[in-house]
Amino acid sequence: MTADEPAPTARSAPAGEVTERAVAAVWRIEAARIVGALTRMVGDFGLAEDLAQEALEDALRQWPADGVPRNPGAWLTAVAKRKAIDRWRRQERLDERVALLAQELEREQATDGDLLWDPDAVDDDVLRLIFIACHPVLSREAQVALTLRVVGGLTSEEIARAFLVPTATVQQRIVRAKKTLAAANAPFDVPPPEERAERIGAILAVLYLIFNEAHAASGGPEWMRPDLGAEAIRLARVLAALMPREPEVLGLLALMELTAARFPARTDGNGDPVLLADQDRRRWDRGRIARGREALATADARGRGRGAYSLQAAIAECHAVAASVEDTDWERIVLLYEALGRLAPSPVVELNRAAAVAMATGPASALLIVDRLSDSGALRGYHLLPATRGELLRRLGREAEARSEFAVAAGLAGNDRERVLLERKANGAQK
Amino acid sequence: MKFMLIMRATDEAVAAYTEMPFEQVIEAMGRYNESMLKAGVLVAGEGLTDAAEGFVVDFSADKPLITDGPYGETKELFNGFWILEVSSREEAAEWASRAPLGPGSFLEVRRVTGVEDFPADNEWIQKEAGWREQQAQRSEQG
Repeated sequence: MTADEPAPTARSAPAGEVTERAVAAVWRIEAARIVGALTRMVGDFGLAEDLAQEALEDALRQWPADGVPRNPGAWLTAVAKRKAIDRWRRQERLDERVALLAQELEREQATDGDLLWDPDAVDDDVLRLIFIACHPVLSREAQVALTLRVVGGLTSEEIARAFLVPTATVQQRIVRAKKTLAAANAPFDVPPPEERAERIGAILAVLYLIFNEAHAASGGPEWMRPDLGAEAIRLARVLAALMPREPEVLGLLALMELTAARFPARTDGNGDPVLLADQDRRRWDRGRIARGREALATADARGRGRGAYSLQAAIAECHAVAASVEDTDWERIVLLYEALGRLAPSPVVELNRAAAVAMATGPASALLIVDRLSDSGALRGYHLLPATRGELLRRLGREAEARSEFAVAAGLAGNDRERVLLERKANGAQK
Repeated sequence: MKFMLIMRATDEAVAAYTEMPFEQVIEAMGRYNESMLKAGVLVAGEGLTDAAEGFVVDFSADKPLITDGPYGETKELFNGFWILEVSSREEAAEWASRAPLGPGSFLEVRRVTGVEDFPADNEWIQKEAGWREQQAQRSEQG
């Protein structure tokens, strides 16, 4: 910042210089801690979220006039607590909880809110918050919306823009999710050991879905929306810091970093997607690759073996360290796909394995895998199955069969650009 | 987007720091770093030793010239940095204003360039990227 440019959120910022964006920035930093602490204190996640949102509205009204308070997190929490007390008083619920909350408020005011942020208590609250936002009684899209809103500190408008849905849809999802959690009496707690693995799996699935939404947007004008990708990576880092002993959390973080490293090369000058084989690898983000590899190495160092995310990260690592397609260690990728296929069997993994086998040992053995997949009917309607089969047949010199496979693939492709490409191949184009 | 927080301390700040108990300084910095780590925004950060220990390489003449001591004005020395990955300039400003620094200290905040800041087809940028890649591979093998 140059000398003649005022610092945007300086604590001494004169009135009128605190923008809505500055308040939003504070909220992104504080949301999880505030909603987490409030849920613990009022004993009701839905109420805590309402109170936090109301406090945020107060901040949006007051901070532009008065400046950002010295300890904005404490300010927001104190406002929310006061609102809780008012609400309970109006409902004439003058029980112990009100007295306790009022006492706490007084104590905090005496210490300027520093009491509030006992690091261990904060960590516990945030972890519980992530578990409740990804609770299995919620639909996947409700989990996604709730996680981005209460853990990520995104507004409903931001979530709506990211997922190309109307804001009202996101708001409804959140209202409904809170009602579902209340109806299921979902506890604000870390799940017991016997449920832990499964519940962590649900959280990782939510984060990975957010990430994938960023790099393979299912519709809409922008092929990529890197902001959601960055948010998913941030949330994975938050989770990794909270659960440092869980190798799959690190595995997912590694997978995201290594995949996002390729984002700068994934589109060409016209914004059209570029396949891995054709990407300019000099545009890959070396910093992300280094961080991804480090996360994977840390996951491995836990000594508990590789789960599905770590295995995918290891595959991404093989690509990340290779100077070109030819330089890639395809034999290792085949082994990793075999392991992944056993841990998490899926026809898409099997198809990817076939593509790796073609690179490692040649098209004939790969064709056997693809034919088995075709016969099973598991990927019926998926254009990449005939497209892969076409490539293999062409490499085996069975040109006529290859062309008819490309024609089938073109008929199934959902994306215009891909369809055009496949039609060209069906007409004999080699690339 | 990434931002670099560049710590600049004046003599006043340095004097204040040397008067503070070392433990207290370390604890405050540790807590600050931890809060950014736990928020998932801290990508890198290092502190620098006394500028008098450093030296300057001057490229003004035909041959690079090495001289002792700190570069330029000693009033606002570059003492360390953090690199944060955040969603907005405002978020970078919010994190910066939470640094445990006192009077006489300044944080200069600069956005870090990414590949997206450069045209994809510039020959020199491609050369540099290629060079970086070779370096990375060398360090991977080493």
